[in-house]
Amino acid sequence: MSQPLILSGFERAPRFATLAGTAVFIALMLFPMLALLPEGYPLAISTYTLTLVGKILCYAVVAIALDLVWGYAGLLSLGHGLFFALGGYAMGMYLMREAAGQGLPPFMSFLSWNQLPWFWTGTEYFAWTLCLIILAPGLLAFIFGYFSFRSKIKGVYFSIMTQALTYAAMLLFFRNETGFGGNNGFTGFTTLLGFSVTATRTRVGLFMATVLLLAASLVIGFALARSKFGRVLTAIRDAENRLVFCGYDPKGFKLFVWTLSAILCGLAGALYVPLVGIINPSEMSPTNSIEAAIWVALGGRGTLIGPLLGAGIVNGAKSWFTVAMPEYWQLFLGLMFIVVTLLLPQGVIGLLRKRRG
Amino acid sequence: MNANDASDELLTQTYPADVWRRQSDPVLSLEKINVSFDGFRALTDLSMQIGVGELRCVIGPNGAGKTTLMDVITGKTHPQSGRAIYDQQTDLTRMNPIQIAQAGIGRKFQKPTVFEALTTFENLELALKTKKTVWACLRNKLDSEQRDRIDDMLDTLRLSHERHRAAGLLSHGQKQFLEIGMLLVQEPHLLLLDEPAAGMTDAETAYTAELFRSLAGKHSLMVVEHDMGFVETIADYVTVLHQGQVLAEGSLKEVQANEHVIDVYLGR
Repeated sequence: MSQPLILSGFERAPRFATLAGTAVFIALMLFPMLALLPEGYPLAISTYTLTLVGKILCYAVVAIALDLVWGYAGLLSLGHGLFFALGGYAMGMYLMREAAGQGLPPFMSFLSWNQLPWFWTGTEYFAWTLCLIILAPGLLAFIFGYFSFRSKIKGVYFSIMTQALTYAAMLLFFRNETGFGGNNGFTGFTTLLGFSVTATRTRVGLFMATVLLLAASLVIGFALARSKFGRVLTAIRDAENRLVFCGYDPKGFKLFVWTLSAILCGLAGALYVPLVGIINPSEMSPTNSIEAAIWVALGGRGTLIGPLLGAGIVNGAKSWFTVAMPEYWQLFLGLMFIVVTLLLPQGVIGLLRKRRG
Repeated sequence: MNANDASDELLTQTYPADVWRRQSDPVLSLEKINVSFDGFRALTDLSMQIGVGELRCVIGPNGAGKTTLMDVITGKTHPQSGRAIYDQQTDLTRMNPIQIAQAGIGRKFQKPTVFEALTTFENLELALKTKKTVWACLRNKLDSEQRDRIDDMLDTLRLSHERHRAAGLLSHGQKQFLEIGMLLVQEPHLLLLDEPAAGMTDAETAYTAELFRSLAGKHSLMVVEHDMGFVETIADYVTVLHQGQVLAEGSLKEVQANEHVIDVYLGR
């Protein structure tokens, strides 16, 4: 039902929508430059703020990716944190190798291993790391999706399976023997492509890369939503049986959007790790994935812009609350979710539509 | 055999001489179909044929197996034994619903099922006969011929003024029409219609009857219906199902005069 909203927005005022989008994009691209201004300058922002906003933008990409599968195809994933973390781990492997130089990453020396496990092969090359960032979440999503869509697993059963998947992966990554640093994960990064990860300049670059990724996900998302493919996804969500008797095979459509969504999450995770400087298995914990679903629901699913706003609102509120009154944050998050569910069934984006209607 | 080839042209064709025959060559031939669900026998040794270009009505009391019959033809249910030969050479019992739909069998559900979030136009666009692979849908743009086809269908369905309205907001009767339209733009050779006139006003029912009469000949139709008035208007040939078996076949008059049928319907 909400799909026509954005589409009609574009149809009614295509110039305005494009212009507003471009303006926001340029503003976001210029925003990190403020961090390069000397301290004390009125517009200057701290590296902390820059990192925080960068983190939120990474989450926004996850929200858009989740909206593609949940809002359009009706597949509620409670395991998208896994794909995010996998992308992050792939990037982390490269950063660890950069930090360790010729030797082994420190956690391996602690375990008195004397050589790298086979899956670390080639991680010292950035190009291969890029491939891994796409392949690891993409392949896992493809295999998982292939089997679950073939067995026609739907609705809540699908959600539970994704939740179980991310939980299982978390337990696996907690083990030291798995070769990913156990419960400490990866940290102590020094350089990325030769640039110091803590330097403000590197952060500015990472921030811009995140903005580009976000813009790309939005463009891809809108292109999909406006194509016949998007309408087929909506049809799968609403009446899959009818679609089968129209001669479509829903499996392929679901698998495509599912894998694409996982890859977007992986890319977001890969940009997130150098920003925050750590990745550990708690990123795979089920609560993270559920929180992502809350962003989408709060923003308004099936709108792409809504989830982006949702991720911004929830995480913005979170960083403010956890500083101001940390003990009430969870309570507030729950409250926010209840209020939106009761009063704004179409999410925050529904407010805009109401005013227009 | 490629499913796409099959949908373009039927092997079974009507010939002018067929007018003089009682039944034309069968587009669908069911042979001793058996279906049971946990011991309950929904269909027992059911055999029947539907001629090409024929409009066949299937009637029967509740639980007679009418919907199960449609499920078997469309591949939703696989029979324990028996064959369903479509177009004289394809065995439907070995195919899945997607292949069957692509081979040219369209189905309308008992409860009108349309894609509620999409507009009337988009509903027809999705159903339209084209390539339906993921890749094709990613690149697909409607050409003017296809647009005309959808516009014509909207006219036929009397839904032109509702073209940009979400299908979920249509009235029950309009949804029924839309679903029939979705079947038609699929250009199937055989249409299976489960209670197409249910919930329609009298005027709508009359129009549906007219529509179906005009389709017969070009397509083959199998209509399951409870409304005897409707059946009387459209059908030349009626099959009565009872407890998963064919009880009687013939014109509506013959069938209504049949002793067994009277027994079943009046419970004597």
